[in-house]
Amino acid sequence: MKPRVAFFDFASCEGCQLAVVNLENELLDLVSHIDIVNFREAMTEASDDYDIAFIEGSVTREYDIPRLKKIRENAKLVVPIGACACTGGVNFRKNFYDLNEIRHYVYGDSAKYFDTFATRPVKAVIPVDFEIPGCPINAKEFLSVVKSLLIGKKPELPNYSVCVECKLAGNVCMYDKGETCLGPVTRAGCGAWCPSNGSGCEGCRGLVDEPNKNSAKDILVKAGLSVEDAMQKFKIFAGYFEEVKK
Amino acid sequence: MSTNMNINVHYVTRVEGHGNIVVNIKDGKIEDCKWEVIEAPRFFEGFIRGVHYKDVSEIVSRICGICSIGHTTASIRATEDAFGYKPTEQTLTLRKLLLDGETLQSHILHTYFLAAPDFLGAKSVFAIIPTHLEVAKMALRLKRIANDLCDLIGGRTIHPIREVVGGFTKLPTEKELRELKKVLETEALPLLDKTVDVFASLAPKIPNFTRETEYLGLVRDDEYAFYDGDLGSTDAGRTDVHNYKSWTNEYVVPHSSAKWTKNKRESLMVGALARFNLNAKLLHPKAKAAAEKLGLKPINYNPFMNNIAQVIESVHAVEDAIIQIDKLLTKGIKDEKVDPMPLKEGRGVGAVEVPRGILIHDYTYDRTGHIVEANCIIPTNQNCANIEYDMKKFVPEIMDKPQEEVQLLLEMLVRAYDPCISCSVHLVKVNFK
Repeated sequence: MKPRVAFFDFASCEGCQLAVVNLENELLDLVSHIDIVNFREAMTEASDDYDIAFIEGSVTREYDIPRLKKIRENAKLVVPIGACACTGGVNFRKNFYDLNEIRHYVYGDSAKYFDTFATRPVKAVIPVDFEIPGCPINAKEFLSVVKSLLIGKKPELPNYSVCVECKLAGNVCMYDKGETCLGPVTRAGCGAWCPSNGSGCEGCRGLVDEPNKNSAKDILVKAGLSVEDAMQKFKIFAGYFEEVKK
Repeated sequence: MSTNMNINVHYVTRVEGHGNIVVNIKDGKIEDCKWEVIEAPRFFEGFIRGVHYKDVSEIVSRICGICSIGHTTASIRATEDAFGYKPTEQTLTLRKLLLDGETLQSHILHTYFLAAPDFLGAKSVFAIIPTHLEVAKMALRLKRIANDLCDLIGGRTIHPIREVVGGFTKLPTEKELRELKKVLETEALPLLDKTVDVFASLAPKIPNFTRETEYLGLVRDDEYAFYDGDLGSTDAGRTDVHNYKSWTNEYVVPHSSAKWTKNKRESLMVGALARFNLNAKLLHPKAKAAAEKLGLKPINYNPFMNNIAQVIESVHAVEDAIIQIDKLLTKGIKDEKVDPMPLKEGRGVGAVEVPRGILIHDYTYDRTGHIVEANCIIPTNQNCANIEYDMKKFVPEIMDKPQEEVQLLLEMLVRAYDPCISCSVHLVKVNFK
């Protein structure tokens, strides 16, 4: 029997689900190996009977918690996809501001209608089995994870930095071009997507284990950023990490 | 006639984001008829404060996966406007080409994948794959071509990498552009001819419903505006985009986490139909021919025809992309570096037509190049009031049908707007008196 797969979304841009929909060349093949039973963005039918739950988006309100717990109960495997679900994504930036102030800045006196709490990733609420990081996810990585799960193998994320893949891609170092880049402390797996397109890594896949953050900050400052702007760089995507919070 | 009806569509499916339809009819009287938006707010305008101009577009791009190119472009234009910077001709051409790619990608996604299943009596595109395999393959190929265009020019379709303030971080080669042009001419245009036929055959199934409203969008004298122009209205003429606030008066309703807007009437509409109603005479020739074949003429007041306007704009986008590529090839790709901004205090506004309508970013910068104030006006916000007023007129016209059919028609109405709810919710700022 084909595994039953469901997609769910919380606070996000839904770009990671779109990355799956954008697999035009592989989509027909993909749906011949899995049954997609729940995917609100693309289909009306919905079932609570599924094996794998892919979850996009960060958790930002009370209402999300029972919904997530229900998904955990129903699914054999829970796999958060994308920066929002894995580390809070850009939504985590909210946590660096006073919550009440930011609510009123955006919604004025109507702030009372908008339930929100500090942004958190899925794993802060329910146990997860594997994560696919990135903003957006790399669809090729998504496919390879699906393949691994189909043959019952646990997928693995690289624990080395984007620099490794950037060198393999034959790119000139962004710092040599006078640009800034978070590649030295960011987990690889994207194929150095941004540097290969002439733009410094923004760290969307999160930090590698035991990153040398201070050294990374020093080279950012050496490249011309103020210490504040260097720290802001980390806070675009890596605000959730203890190394950045403190 | 159904004297009692209780419709509560908790999450309309096949739209981007979370919205509900609520209709209650008791003893033949409509007691409730609402379009609720229940998406989680994300507070982008709040947490963009303090960010350096070089990082702004990458953050706000994340407002929306589907129209991330549009958000990036509007953001870049607002920033460049604030610093009084004028991009080069080559950069302008590349940005227009990139927007063409996004328009095609998003319209194909919506018309084929999200809206068409309703007309074919199916619940999703996956359900029509076995029954309409050729149509599904056509749609997939068109979408792939659009995404290949965006990948080539933007570096990535979702959250583009190369498009930044002051230029592009990597340029396509002339060989790549020639190859793209060939695919557009030999594959995309013929597939779109067939697409026009497919939708012409579905046209009799489009509900016959009209409600007069105001249409808003960018206008120019010399082209069907996407990248820039004045703010235009079918009721109010035109004005400079810097005056947008007097036209997009935002207000809050308790049942929606997206803000509503109105100008001359109780509501207004933006998007493909609005652009068509404002600018149809400026469409490229093949798109004009498609409009004729599909029977769409301005001004058309049937919101369901937004699907048809999207098909017409898909043809226009491909014709336009070919024109932009020719422009680049004629002049040759120049190895331009990204320009740094001349920093100064000030405010800038960037208005761009994205697939779902006019999108406006408005930033105020301090003299070190960090944002102090941000405001964004999202297309779906502007449509929310119009959706609900449409529902209020539509329900009495269809309430003698079985409840299931009424519900489907209302879902189709919402879907026709191609709402992008993630966008609309995260970015509404209220200015309270």
